[in-house]
Amino acid sequence: MNLHTLTIAQAQDLLAKKEISSVDLTRAFLDRIDKYDNTISAFITVDPGLALKQAEQADQMIAKGKSQAFTGIPVALKDVLCTKGVRTTCASKILEHFVPQYDATVVEKFKAQDAVLIGKANMDEFAMGSSTENSAFFVTRNPWDTDHVPGGSSGGSAAAVAARFCAGAVGTDTGGSIRQPASHCGVVGLKPTYGRVSRFGVVAYASSLDQVGPITRDVTDAAMMLNLMGGHDPKDSTSAPEQMPDFTKGIAMFKEKGLSGMTLGIPREFLNLKGIDPEVKTMFESARKTLEGLGVTIKEISLPHSNYAVAAYYIIAPCEASANLARFDGVRYGYRDMDSDDLIEMYKKTKSKGFGPEVQRRIIIGTYSLSSGYYDAYYGRASQVRALIMDDFKRAFDACDIILSPVAPTPAFKIGEKVEDPLTMYLSDIFTLSCNLAGIPGISVPAGISSTGLPMGLQMMSRHFDEMSLIRAGYGFEQAVNHIELPEF
Amino acid sequence: MAFEPVIGLEVHAQLKTKTKIFCSCSTAFGKSPNANTCPVCTGMPGVLPVLNKQAVTFAIKAGLATNCTINRESRFDRKNYFYPDLPKGYQISQFAMPIAEHGFLDIEADGTEKRIGITRIHMEEDAGKLIHDPLRGKSMVDLNRTGVPLIEIVSEPDLRTASQAGAYLRKLHAILKYIDVCDGNMEQGSFRCDANVSLRPVGQEKFGTRTELKNLNSFKNVEKAILYEIQRQTYVLEEGGEVIQETRLWDPTKNRSASMRGKEEAHDYRYFPDPDLVPLIVDDAWIQDVRAGMPELPEEKKQRFITAYNLSEYDAAVLTADLDMANFFEQTITPLKNIKQAANWIMTTLMGMLNAKAIEISESPVSAHEFSKLLGLLESSRINANAAKTVFEQMIETGQDPESIVKEKGLEQVSDQGELEGMVDEIIQENPDEVQAYRDGKTKLFSFFMGQVMKKTRGKADPKVVTPMLKSKL
Ligand SMILES: [Zn+2]
Repeated sequence: MNLHTLTIAQAQDLLAKKEISSVDLTRAFLDRIDKYDNTISAFITVDPGLALKQAEQADQMIAKGKSQAFTGIPVALKDVLCTKGVRTTCASKILEHFVPQYDATVVEKFKAQDAVLIGKANMDEFAMGSSTENSAFFVTRNPWDTDHVPGGSSGGSAAAVAARFCAGAVGTDTGGSIRQPASHCGVVGLKPTYGRVSRFGVVAYASSLDQVGPITRDVTDAAMMLNLMGGHDPKDSTSAPEQMPDFTKGIAMFKEKGLSGMTLGIPREFLNLKGIDPEVKTMFESARKTLEGLGVTIKEISLPHSNYAVAAYYIIAPCEASANLARFDGVRYGYRDMDSDDLIEMYKKTKSKGFGPEVQRRIIIGTYSLSSGYYDAYYGRASQVRALIMDDFKRAFDACDIILSPVAPTPAFKIGEKVEDPLTMYLSDIFTLSCNLAGIPGISVPAGISSTGLPMGLQMMSRHFDEMSLIRAGYGFEQAVNHIELPEF
Repeated sequence: MAFEPVIGLEVHAQLKTKTKIFCSCSTAFGKSPNANTCPVCTGMPGVLPVLNKQAVTFAIKAGLATNCTINRESRFDRKNYFYPDLPKGYQISQFAMPIAEHGFLDIEADGTEKRIGITRIHMEEDAGKLIHDPLRGKSMVDLNRTGVPLIEIVSEPDLRTASQAGAYLRKLHAILKYIDVCDGNMEQGSFRCDANVSLRPVGQEKFGTRTELKNLNSFKNVEKAILYEIQRQTYVLEEGGEVIQETRLWDPTKNRSASMRGKEEAHDYRYFPDPDLVPLIVDDAWIQDVRAGMPELPEEKKQRFITAYNLSEYDAAVLTADLDMANFFEQTITPLKNIKQAANWIMTTLMGMLNAKAIEISESPVSAHEFSKLLGLLESSRINANAAKTVFEQMIETGQDPESIVKEKGLEQVSDQGELEGMVDEIIQENPDEVQAYRDGKTKLFSFFMGQVMKKTRGKADPKVVTPMLKSKL
């Protein structure tokens, strides 16, 4: 049996039946990382010894009959989640040697179930980017075609799942950073409702937009992982007190009654956007037909302010980032420039050398946008636009249960293709940003493969705290669409 | 041209919570550097603030006690600036929507009453402190104070003189101590004050350019610094100059202020709502709860002292100006009958001693219980007033209880009729001239005879017995 091909649900089943051990499963993944991660570069940190120790512990728990859903399941973490005793870099020079004294709440949850934390995945520095090219250390390559980016910012996590270096991975999504790399790597990515998953211990990029979520082989695994990750956390004031349903019920619901009674909306503003790859349009058209075949009603809806989402996002996120990243000053931890004569010089050199160009660009944009005399025109105006976008979605969800769109306007682009052109790069988030601005959940499900052999994802968005509908419709779509095999290697 | 000063005060008061405002670290003072810290208050990556409800309750209490409206919804903002004592690179404060607004305090100064407006009270976290080591050329950071909850109380520019500013500040200080939300310790920095001072020609409505005075760590320094600043600005204006908008640091040893930074160096704090904290919602029930638990305020206590203890307005004001003093008074009088006498003794003898030693009532070497025992001896005529003063001095010196001092020194009053009568007879015989003069109408000589009795008894005669006796024999 090729253990690395198992989904979380399959592995869980075999572990419970004691047909496989967590140590064997972990070893299978570690072997693949050993063989192929030289090429893919999905991980910043892998500690095989620690992973195997966790696997042994998991096997003991299983032997004692104290097995839980994720006991013994090897999972990768985006290197933005703090892990006690294991360095957490955010793919930045400024945190290259930073070892947290605490676990993120999400990490605690995996540990509490004796999951195996197999490695810390590469990303765009501080989650700022759409290609993983902004990592201070190296670029992650797309397992489907290593000349291409895996997407970002959770590119390492998505690539690790697609390359079968782990059973599933955790990513974060501030403007599409889970869904877009999932789409580019042919896997499932779910951004939960803002507040569904605790942000404690997740190094902040834009606090009002950041959300943690699963990147998995299929929708079932995503539902299982959300079950584990979600729930109120007293350590995060913005985490929601909402009840946590069992999200795998969405799958049962589909099995029972399909998608009958569901209305899906397609925003007319998205149909006429410029710069959408014809292959993405074709994929979207056929996805629509597939869903119609499942008995849903499809409607054209309107999100009148969606044209301003990119502009609003690229003000709000940098504003929050400019404050969030102020703490990296070389005083208490992280990189410090040692050749400075005074405090101001130390600050300047530490930040100039410690942060990469994209991070510096966003800090400067944010600082400028919050400055006295500019605040109203930038941050103030962007916040108003955000409120209008929220209203758009509220109105849209009066008419439909799920909003459909492509995840990205093009399949994964080539490494280096857009590095010199940040504005074009920003536009690659056009379908995913609004979801974060509105705080609603969104999922990316593999929907087709381009003529050049790159995967493309379909995005579904639903009402606040209605991830259940995404699981149900996502699962239905996944079953109906032609099965997409991950690249063999 | 005559100028009118316009003064506004900004007070930072540390709230007496056990734990910090956004984490569960202790707020205890005097711990070794960085002992009271955790990942949250040291600004580690990924950590998040969680608001301390007790701090909110204290802020509401302060708002109610200063006649403010409590905002049902307020918000926390980030105030951005770089300094090593500020771990996150921003301070969490309330900028656009503070917890309380539109209050006032009535003060008495320069012989008149005045209502001083309170613009707002907002909550925020304190910063840490830097410790400079000149020998090694290093600066070290102590983050124990980082995240300690503060309220900032901003007055309207309603104050016109240094003594008004002093009166406002003393009253505010007393109230915060009364409601038990701040320990009021100015030296440890739990009650700090900045003053904004400007001048304008009398009759002009528009404010002049203001300066901000910092480092005012006592009531006296606040008044001195404001007086100095009024004089300095008057001089500048009279010389035809212009006041520069700047921050000035008061030097209490040199009794003058010096420019710290000008307007052009002023920070742009880039305030914006802190996305890590949800809006703070205070419902009616919460406010009612705080109101129900509100202790007596200085004004109410003063009125009660006037009616319940029959004290004059002035005495009641003096005794209630400080909660510890008011408590000392009430503990002292509990077993006593002569309240007026107790009040006088506290206001003259006891306060005189505190002033001479420059200490607070809380540091008094004589407790209310001991002081009450002393006054009890006086009240039951076991000692007289002179002896009581001697006993009090001895109590301060040795900490002995009054009873044993009286016994040891033999200060018990002589009130034995027979013994005193013999002495009075002797004195009348020994001073025939004075007796004659007295009988001729020079009644002022009565105190001479009283003095003679005291001399013979070494101050121990009971005047209540001697007075009628002398009168009848003379
Ligand atoms: Zn702390």
